[in-house]
Amino acid sequence: MEEFTSVFLMLLLVASALAVLYVRNLFVATMLLGAVSFIMALIFVTLDAVDVAFTEAAVGAGISTVLYLGTLALVGPHEKGSIKKPVLPLLLSLAVGGVLIYATFEMPIVGSPDTPVQQSRLTERFLVQSLDEIAVPNIVTSVLASYRGFDTFGETTVIFTAGIAVLLILSQVRIRRKEDLADGEVEDEQDSLEAQLAPQIKDTSAPSASPHDLIPHVVAKLLIPFVLLFGFYVQFHGDFGPGGGFQAGVIFAAGFILYSLVFGLEFTQKLLPLRVVEYGLAAGVLLYGGVGVVSMLLGGNFLDYNLLSADPVAGQHLGILLVELGVGITVTAAMVAIFYGFAGRSEVKKKNEVEAK
Amino acid sequence: MMELLLDISTWILMMTGCAFLLITGVGLLRFPDIYTRIHAGGMADTLATFLIFGGLALQSGFTLVTVKLVFIVAFIFITSPTATYALAQATFIAGLKPVVDGFGDDGPDENSNTAKVKD
Repeated sequence: MEEFTSVFLMLLLVASALAVLYVRNLFVATMLLGAVSFIMALIFVTLDAVDVAFTEAAVGAGISTVLYLGTLALVGPHEKGSIKKPVLPLLLSLAVGGVLIYATFEMPIVGSPDTPVQQSRLTERFLVQSLDEIAVPNIVTSVLASYRGFDTFGETTVIFTAGIAVLLILSQVRIRRKEDLADGEVEDEQDSLEAQLAPQIKDTSAPSASPHDLIPHVVAKLLIPFVLLFGFYVQFHGDFGPGGGFQAGVIFAAGFILYSLVFGLEFTQKLLPLRVVEYGLAAGVLLYGGVGVVSMLLGGNFLDYNLLSADPVAGQHLGILLVELGVGITVTAAMVAIFYGFAGRSEVKKKNEVEAK
Repeated sequence: MMELLLDISTWILMMTGCAFLLITGVGLLRFPDIYTRIHAGGMADTLATFLIFGGLALQSGFTLVTVKLVFIVAFIFITSPTATYALAQATFIAGLKPVVDGFGDDGPDENSNTAKVKD
């Protein structure tokens, strides 16, 4: 039965991936990509990697789809026809794919006892000793946040950098557009990123008061508190079950993005100004690094949580809590910042089109 | 005896749910236009989820898993019809006309197969 499930999911995965390649409408491709991510998450579940599945479902199927849609709102749903015949890329991908498939023949069967993972001393240590050393039931969390805390610090920094880069790139294009449109009015532009990204309140029309929007409005108001509550649950329950800062951050950001999709960007930015998002982006990484520096000041190694409290296990718990909180804040801020970037661009595009008419 | 009863009800619920899912799939493929399709997707799918999760809840008994299942069903019961509504609403505003017009008419109009005209 299990083999049937995995073969079925794999076939579904390949079929969806091929469909993404063949479909010409980019909206359809985006939806299919979401399906691919979701099937991938299901495969992770069948492999007992629940934390990874959770992340894949939240990031791949959730936020990425929204961000793709935000991009498509800017560039339109039609793929540009390519003039070049893609023979060389095709051969290259076939060759690389062939090598990768050939490499899988060397891989041990999942779960067999003689895999490098099973024989590693670290596995033994994580599975047996972590329960005494860290006393967190979810071993994935203790590996991620404590044993490999430095790794995770790097990942958080990557997300931080991505958020900053997207904000920089999108606001850069905006400035050029504005210069093109209105020569000589550049002096009026305020320098802060916030002023460029925030939609001009006097120009954007208020969200349409159509009675047909009533149902989404009411349902969104009903749902958003629970989405945020679920975000907190995932954040602070990560020690005991699947979850943690990355997933919680994405879920939290999804709450804000839902609000923005239903009520408009303007209201969301009143609720959560871009300036706050920027501070949050940095604050999360700072909190993570700060925990490391504090443990250094207390006389240990970087990110050695044992010293944070008199009792090493309590110290580990405190350290993991703070570090996961840092990850959650940064991920939330990065996702919201990226969304603001795209959504703000399309609002300005709309405004420019109106002005051009 | 109790267990047998639970198992039988679970089977009934799950099988009905699966049948509704199948109907959803057929409807999504066979219905003529987007309105009828999201109708199929939105209604039967929600009911199928309810039935299947009801069956699962019967199997898991009075545990935390059941509570989570109830939460998921409540979530889907609210979101799925809303998504259907929002989709239909957006499509209508975008100017796509339903192929099937009127309720008293005898089936879809042959001439209106090309009715995907924008306003």
